[in-house]
Amino acid sequence: MLDLLISTCTQGLIYALISFGVYITYTILDFPDLSVDGSFPLGAAVTAVLLTQYDVNPFLTLPIALGVGALAGLITGLIHVRLHVRNLLAGIITQTALFSINLQIAGSNLTVDRSVDTIFSSGPIMGLLGDSTLMVRKLVVSLILVVVIKLALDVYLKTKSGLLLRAVGDNPSLVTTLAKDMGNMKILGLMLSNALVALAGCIVCQEQRSFSATMGTGQVVYGLASVIIGIALFRRLSFIKGTTAVVFGSILYKICIQVAINAGLPANLLKLVTAVLFLLVLVFSGRKGEEIIHA
Amino acid sequence: MLELRDITKIYHQGQATESRLFEHFFLTVPDGQFISVVGSNGSGKTSMLNIICGSIPIEGGDVLVDGVSIQRLPDYRRYASMGRVYQNPSMGTCPNLTMLENLSLADNKGRSFGLSFALNKKRADYYREQLRSLGLGLEDKLHTKMGALSGGQRQAVALLMATMTPLNFLILDEHTAALDPKTAEIIMQLTGRIVSEKKLTAIMVTHNLRYAIEYGDRILMMSQGRVVLDKAGEEKAATSPDDLMRLFNQISMGEPMD
Repeated sequence: MLDLLISTCTQGLIYALISFGVYITYTILDFPDLSVDGSFPLGAAVTAVLLTQYDVNPFLTLPIALGVGALAGLITGLIHVRLHVRNLLAGIITQTALFSINLQIAGSNLTVDRSVDTIFSSGPIMGLLGDSTLMVRKLVVSLILVVVIKLALDVYLKTKSGLLLRAVGDNPSLVTTLAKDMGNMKILGLMLSNALVALAGCIVCQEQRSFSATMGTGQVVYGLASVIIGIALFRRLSFIKGTTAVVFGSILYKICIQVAINAGLPANLLKLVTAVLFLLVLVFSGRKGEEIIHA
Repeated sequence: MLELRDITKIYHQGQATESRLFEHFFLTVPDGQFISVVGSNGSGKTSMLNIICGSIPIEGGDVLVDGVSIQRLPDYRRYASMGRVYQNPSMGTCPNLTMLENLSLADNKGRSFGLSFALNKKRADYYREQLRSLGLGLEDKLHTKMGALSGGQRQAVALLMATMTPLNFLILDEHTAALDPKTAEIIMQLTGRIVSEKKLTAIMVTHNLRYAIEYGDRILMMSQGRVVLDKAGEEKAATSPDDLMRLFNQISMGEPMD
């Protein structure tokens, strides 16, 4: 039972990186970005290839995943801002294109062999936590990564650039009168968001030792649901920051799904449950996705 | 000096609903002039402001600042030397950011928005002083979200933000129209004070004929994309709200103008 709790919390923490990404686009920028379903497996595909075919240090895959994710965000941003395609459609175009690109990168679905080191089983981590079980190491590494990224995001949102990003989502016309191109800020936000989503893909790939082309399906819904749960339940406590709230939302959401699986839910119905849970969250949090429809 | 030269503006070009608003429209605004613009709905007042700011495209003509065309510059580049306050008080500030965050954004206009911290504690005292001068009790609300303030308070802050950094032109787009009479009066006095203190060139569109007479040193009345009255200096001083009203009614009833 404790094992299950630990592994569910670990999942919640890793997937919280998707929630951070969705928090940036959906909550801050007011941009429902569907590229997530493509940039998440993109991070995993690149990581799987680097680990299995190029023998790259597993820690080096983290910045590389951030980089390729940012590139995916850049594409969505350029399609929306420079080619004036509506935000939902821009995300769908990138997502669809990435499905093929991910397969091109990986060749096919990939498995990372047990003999290959991951961030959970190499160098400094083994030095520090060599005596612990793999499960505990996964929890600790995920926790450290999420805390570091959360703090970095908090600091960024307090900088001038971060404040301008928040202003773009809040009142785009004000940003224009500040003599700043709000399009560039949107692109920056999308790059940041997709970088974090691809990082989640990178870590998931190392955690489950595999990449599959369909692993991205439903991730944007996961991200939205965890952000909305997190904000609705935890943001009311004024001392909790939005970034903290979405981490709690992510863990809570993973627990809900785990409970459903334990209750005997067939794995084939997982996405159905995810969708229904998301609908319930929308209805009961009072945010019926109106921003998405009208955006 | 700001110049609108031979402007053509056509809405819905090529469609059944095509309407030609401006044809051969000219306007010159010398530095330091405060112009009030009046006219009925659809007369082209706000379109003129949008053309100056680059918010809408034009079908012909040129917009010049000090003899240099700015027509090819996108809107956000033009705002480098312009400030604008809108009719809707929520347009001029970010509702989910605190007043301090809003003022910090405006204070940084013209500089880079990099990775240094946005809030400068030392400037907070300066902001408080500026807010105190508004006389609306806003100096204690630096950490309040803008969305929690009243329309008048937000408009006052928007005006402060628009004029915080050095600028050549201030564009006021019916900025008192959504306010109650008392608040509108406060905002107008504030506008007059800021424009004269900072020696700004300002263009104010208003539906309030009294404000148009009381404030500014030139008055324009527009009708169907043309300037039907243009008085400055003493000529303007001799114009009464009743004179304006009479002319306004004539236009509205469609009587021919000379």
